[in-house]
Amino acid sequence: MTTKTSPMRDMIFFFVFAVAVLTMPVWLAPIGAGYPDLLQKFAIYGLFATGFNLLFGLTGYLSFGHAAFLGVGSYSAVWAFKLLGMNPLPAAIMAVITSGLFALAIGYISLRRSGIYFSILTLAFAQMSYNLAYSVLTPITNGETGLRVLRSDPRLFDSSSAVDGPLIANLFGIEMTGYAGFYFCAVVLLIAFFIAQRIFRSPFGIMLRAVKTNQNRMNYTGLNPRPYTLAAFVISGMYAGLAGALLCITDPLAGAERMQWTASGEVVLMTILGGAGTLLGPIFGAALIKYFENIFSAFNEQTLHEIFGFLPDFLEGPVVSVTGLFVGEGWHLTLGVLFMLIVIFLPGGLMEGFSRIGRLFKRSSGKSGPGSATAPAE
Amino acid sequence: MDVILLQLLNGLDKGGAYALIALGLTLIFGTLGVVNFAHGALFMLGAFCAVTFNKLLSLEVVTTDPTKTTAWGSPLEIRTPYVEAYLGDFGSWMLNYSVPMSILLAVPVMLLIGFVMERGLIKHFYKRPHADQILVTFGLAIVLQEIIKAIYGANPIPQSAPELVRGAADIGSIFGFDPGVIVYPYWRMVYLGFAGVVIAAVFAFLRFTTFGMVVRAGMADRDTVGLLGINIERRFTVVFAIAAVVAGLAGVMYTPILPPDYHMGMDFLVLSFVVVVVGGMGSLPGAVAAGFLLGILQSFASMNEVKAILPGIDQIIIYLVAVVILLVRPRGLFGRKGVMEN
Repeated sequence: MTTKTSPMRDMIFFFVFAVAVLTMPVWLAPIGAGYPDLLQKFAIYGLFATGFNLLFGLTGYLSFGHAAFLGVGSYSAVWAFKLLGMNPLPAAIMAVITSGLFALAIGYISLRRSGIYFSILTLAFAQMSYNLAYSVLTPITNGETGLRVLRSDPRLFDSSSAVDGPLIANLFGIEMTGYAGFYFCAVVLLIAFFIAQRIFRSPFGIMLRAVKTNQNRMNYTGLNPRPYTLAAFVISGMYAGLAGALLCITDPLAGAERMQWTASGEVVLMTILGGAGTLLGPIFGAALIKYFENIFSAFNEQTLHEIFGFLPDFLEGPVVSVTGLFVGEGWHLTLGVLFMLIVIFLPGGLMEGFSRIGRLFKRSSGKSGPGSATAPAE
Repeated sequence: MDVILLQLLNGLDKGGAYALIALGLTLIFGTLGVVNFAHGALFMLGAFCAVTFNKLLSLEVVTTDPTKTTAWGSPLEIRTPYVEAYLGDFGSWMLNYSVPMSILLAVPVMLLIGFVMERGLIKHFYKRPHADQILVTFGLAIVLQEIIKAIYGANPIPQSAPELVRGAADIGSIFGFDPGVIVYPYWRMVYLGFAGVVIAAVFAFLRFTTFGMVVRAGMADRDTVGLLGINIERRFTVVFAIAAVVAGLAGVMYTPILPPDYHMGMDFLVLSFVVVVVGGMGSLPGAVAAGFLLGILQSFASMNEVKAILPGIDQIIIYLVAVVILLVRPRGLFGRKGVMEN
C-alpha cells in the first residue's frame, strides 16, 4: 500500500505544493475563487484539517470535538492582541501553547478509551467548553457577543501607536488584510504542512500507523501506544489552535460558535472528503468545501434561470426548482449528499478517486505487456 | 422537599424523550451493530409527521356568506377546515386531537422510512468500520434535515395539545403541599405515561414473542443464531423499522412541549448518544435508566440553589456525568462485556 517515497521525492512534492499554494491567487482566479477572503479560508481550514488528519488519518481515533481547540486558539489569540498588541506572532505562539495544554488535558483523559467511546468523550468535552464559553466563562470569552479587541485594552507593545479606524493585526507594519493576510496564512500552512510531512515519514508516524493497524499486536511487542497517541492528539490540537489564531489574525473576533459540535463535524467532513491518511487530501477537501460553500450559497433563482436558459421552457421550470433546493440556503443539502456519496463509494476520499483514475490510465497505456500492470493484491 | 419533587417531575419528561431515543439507538446498535447518527433525524421526522397531519387536517375551504359583509363591503369569507365542513363535530374533535391522532400517520410513515433506510443504506454498512457508519449516517442526517428545512422552513412550528390536557395540574395539593408550589402541565404527564407505555411495549415484544426471542438471541450472539439457520438479516430490517417508529413516536408526542424545527433532531442526538454510552452500549434497560437519570440530573442542576454553589453546572452536567462514568465504569452503567471493545 505504501507509495514509493524518498527524501528527494518529498522535497519535490513539497516544492510543487508550495508553488501551487503561493500562486493560488493566479490559478484560482478563473473559477471565481481568486480573492483573499476565500483564499485565507482555504489556507486556514486546510491547516485545521491537516492537524485533524494527523490524529484521525494516522491513528484512526475519530475525535468529534476538535472545534474546541479551534475555539481555544481563537480566544487566546484575541487575548494576546488585547494584552500584548496587534502583532500576529505572539498571538499565534500563545494560541499554540494554550491549545496544546488544553489538548494535553483532554487527551490524557479521553485516550483512556478508544472507538466510539473516545468519540463521545471528545464530543462531551467540546460541548462542555462550548456551553461554558457561552455562560459562566463570559468574563473571559465575552459570551454571545464574542471577544474583540478594544481601544481601551492595555496592548503593552503598541499602545503608543494611536491608530484611527478599526484595529487590525499587523506584522511589523504590514496589515493583515487582503493579500498580505492570505500570504501570512499560506506561509503558516506551508510550515505546518512541512512538519506534517516529516511526521508522516518519521518513525513516530509509523508508530502512529501501527496504532491504527493493530493495537493489540503493538501491545504484545512491548510498546505502549498511549504516549504516541497522546502526542498525536496534542500536536493535532496545536494545529487546530493555530488555525483558530489565524482566523483571529485575519479578523480579530472570537465567538463561541466556533466550538460547537457542528464545527467539529465540518472538519471531519473535510478530511474524509479529501481522503483521511493522505497528506494532500484534507487540504484539498477543506478548500473544496469552503469553495462550494461560497459559490453555491451565493446562487439564487435568477442565476439558475440564466444557467439553464438554453433548455426548452417546459424543462427549465422543473430543473430550476429542483436544483434550487441544492443551492443558496440549501447548499448544506449538497454537502450532505456529496458526503454520503463519498463515504459509500469512495471511502478513501477524493485522493483515492484520483489514484483510481490514475491507475486506469496507466493500465490502458500498458496493455501491450499482459499482466505487467496488474495491481498487487490488497 | 417540594422543590426536589418539582425538579424530579420536570426531569422526567425530558428523560422520557431521551430514554425513547436511546432505546431505539441501543436496539439498532445491539442487533445490527450499526452506530446510527441519523437517529435524531428520525425523531425530528416523527415530529414533522405531527406537523404534516395537522396541516392536512386544517386545509381550509373558503365559502362566502352573502348575507354578511365585511367592513369593506365585500361578502364575508368564512374559512372552515375541510374536516369540519364534511364531518361536523367529529371533524373539530379530530383537529383538537391532531397531535395524538397523528400517531396513526406516524407509525406507517416511520415504518416505511425505517424499512427504506435499512434496505437502501444501512444494510451495506454492516461490514464497514464504525467510523464509516457514523459518517454515512451523519451525512444522511444532514440530508434529511435539509429536506425538512426546504419543505417546512427554518422556523419552529408550534403544535398545541388537545384542550382537555392543555392546562397544568396542581400536583402539590394532592400530596399535602401548599397549593401552587408544584404545578405540572398535564401534557407532560401524558408524555410520561406514553413513554412508559412505549418502553413497556418494546420490552414486552422482545420478551414474550418468538420474534423478540430471536432478536435477543441475535443481540447476544449473532453468529450462532445465523448458524442455526435463522435469517437474521430479515429480522434486522424489522428491528430497525421498530426503532425508527419508537423515535418517531417520541417526536410526535414531544411537539406540544417543544415546537419542532429542522435541527431539533441533532440537538437530541448528541445527548441521546451520551445517554446510550452512560447506560452501556447494547443494554436496553441501561438506555432507559440512563435516559431518566440524566433528564432528572439536568433538571436538578438547573435549580438556582445548585447554580449558586457551582455556576454553570446546568450547562455541562450531562457531559460531566458521561465523562465520569466512562472513566469509572468503562462499559457504562449496565454495559456487557465484549460490546464495542475492539
